[in-house]
Amino acid sequence: MTLEGAIRARATAESVARHSYGKLVAFLAARSRDVAAAEDALSEAFAAALEKWPQEGVPDKPEAWLLVVARRRLIDAHRRRQHGQHVLDQLGLLFDPMAEDAGPRPIPDERLALMFVCAHPAIDRSVRAPLMLQTILGFDAATIAQAFLVPAATMSQRLVRAKNKIRQAGIAFRIPQRSEWVGRLGDVLDALYANFTEGWCYPTIDDPSRQNLAEEGIWLARLIASLLPDEPEVLGLLALMLHAAARRNARRDALGDYVPLELQDCRLWDEEAIREAESHLLQASRLQAPGRFQLEAAVQSVHAARRLTGRTDWPALALLYDALLVISGSPVVAMNRAVAKARVAGAKVGLAELDELKHDSRLQHYQPYWAARAELLAGAGHLSEARAAFSKAIELEEDLAVRRFLLGRAARLCDADGSA
Amino acid sequence: MRYMLMIYDDEAIWDAMSPAESGQLMAAYEAYTEALRQSGALSGGERLTPSTSASSVRRRGSETQVLNGPYAETREQLGGYYLIDVPDLDAALSWAARCPSASTGTIEVRPIWEM
Repeated sequence: MTLEGAIRARATAESVARHSYGKLVAFLAARSRDVAAAEDALSEAFAAALEKWPQEGVPDKPEAWLLVVARRRLIDAHRRRQHGQHVLDQLGLLFDPMAEDAGPRPIPDERLALMFVCAHPAIDRSVRAPLMLQTILGFDAATIAQAFLVPAATMSQRLVRAKNKIRQAGIAFRIPQRSEWVGRLGDVLDALYANFTEGWCYPTIDDPSRQNLAEEGIWLARLIASLLPDEPEVLGLLALMLHAAARRNARRDALGDYVPLELQDCRLWDEEAIREAESHLLQASRLQAPGRFQLEAAVQSVHAARRLTGRTDWPALALLYDALLVISGSPVVAMNRAVAKARVAGAKVGLAELDELKHDSRLQHYQPYWAARAELLAGAGHLSEARAAFSKAIELEEDLAVRRFLLGRAARLCDADGSA
Repeated sequence: MRYMLMIYDDEAIWDAMSPAESGQLMAAYEAYTEALRQSGALSGGERLTPSTSASSVRRRGSETQVLNGPYAETREQLGGYYLIDVPDLDAALSWAARCPSASTGTIEVRPIWEM
């Protein structure tokens, strides 16, 4: 084979890997309920492809070729480990008609079932999002660990444990029935959103793995939206992610300093992403079943409207946070509502609402709470308390750019007080 | 797949019940067991006497120790179990959720180690 052929073979293998990895893992794992074995078999099949394709040419149906090889490896592995005969039977029966004759039948897409497995209530919450990244997108444990700020060994141990649990506990690869839908789909969307926020909250340009994570999160949300086109919350989540992604380039200024949302230059927002977000949100609202992600997307939509109106509609935001608080009961939502109320009715009103959250332990180590508190205290004229709250926020913040921003705010407070 | 549903509940709740209340709970258990049997999922199960009747044994070297009481002194104690055979974890979890004691105690669901 020519060098050109070899390069083409490698490119094809890599492209199949990128586009089909999750689909093939899901298909293999759904038959054996063994995610780790499916991943191992598939990675051996990819290695075989990289060896064979450059010599023998790229097969007509690369996915089917990979499946046949992976299936053989999987059966060998099961024989070695002497798993029950029924697993072997199942593997043999279910692959043969599909893969060997390489007929026109497409490989069924079972990625959604795999996502439901990854976000199963029996799987520890902290590992659901990482598990999706690994099984559907093929991220390695080290990359995931970096994004989730966990040591690589810890992350890899958690992933192994979760895959063992899937196999041993007998978690089925199926899409739950409508009656169990609400919580189960919610778990999938939560995990997806966790993927996204991990990639989003620390968007430092010097760490592309995280940015990647946010993009892949949107890719997964699009995938679910295409598989479940009539689920308003899926559309809501996709809209929320797109709104957030649209502002990526506006969140830092030319010097790399943090720019809060309401001071961002709207011209730096990605208009195309915003329009797509708005159309998903509109479609979701037609389905008439509001939910957390739709409301959060609506909050982002109100902020995005500033690019057209030149102002932020704070009363609308306060109303949306009212509704969100009813659904979620989250202290973070209550905090955001207090901030919105302050913009509508003054810092004192906002501060009174914030005071009700003073004893919520979940907010004690949450930087935005202290920053919001500091701003409202300053607005209400309690300067020394505001300074204390700013120090607390600065102490909690890990992102250097945001820290610099908070330090700047605190310093201006001192100037105003004349006691710096 | 076979699973064991282990029923953990506060024994004090049973003790404090009036005869009418405990009769109701017994009836709920009978109905639950019957439902399991009719679905074909039931492959065994027993109720245990209170944990005060438990003895725990361990051997260390050549010495055998017998201790009065259950393995762990906790508020909720193992009070009985069902052995069920169902297609997957979700089916086992949904049976566990229907167990009468699920509303007061906790049902631990564990797959059987098949040899």
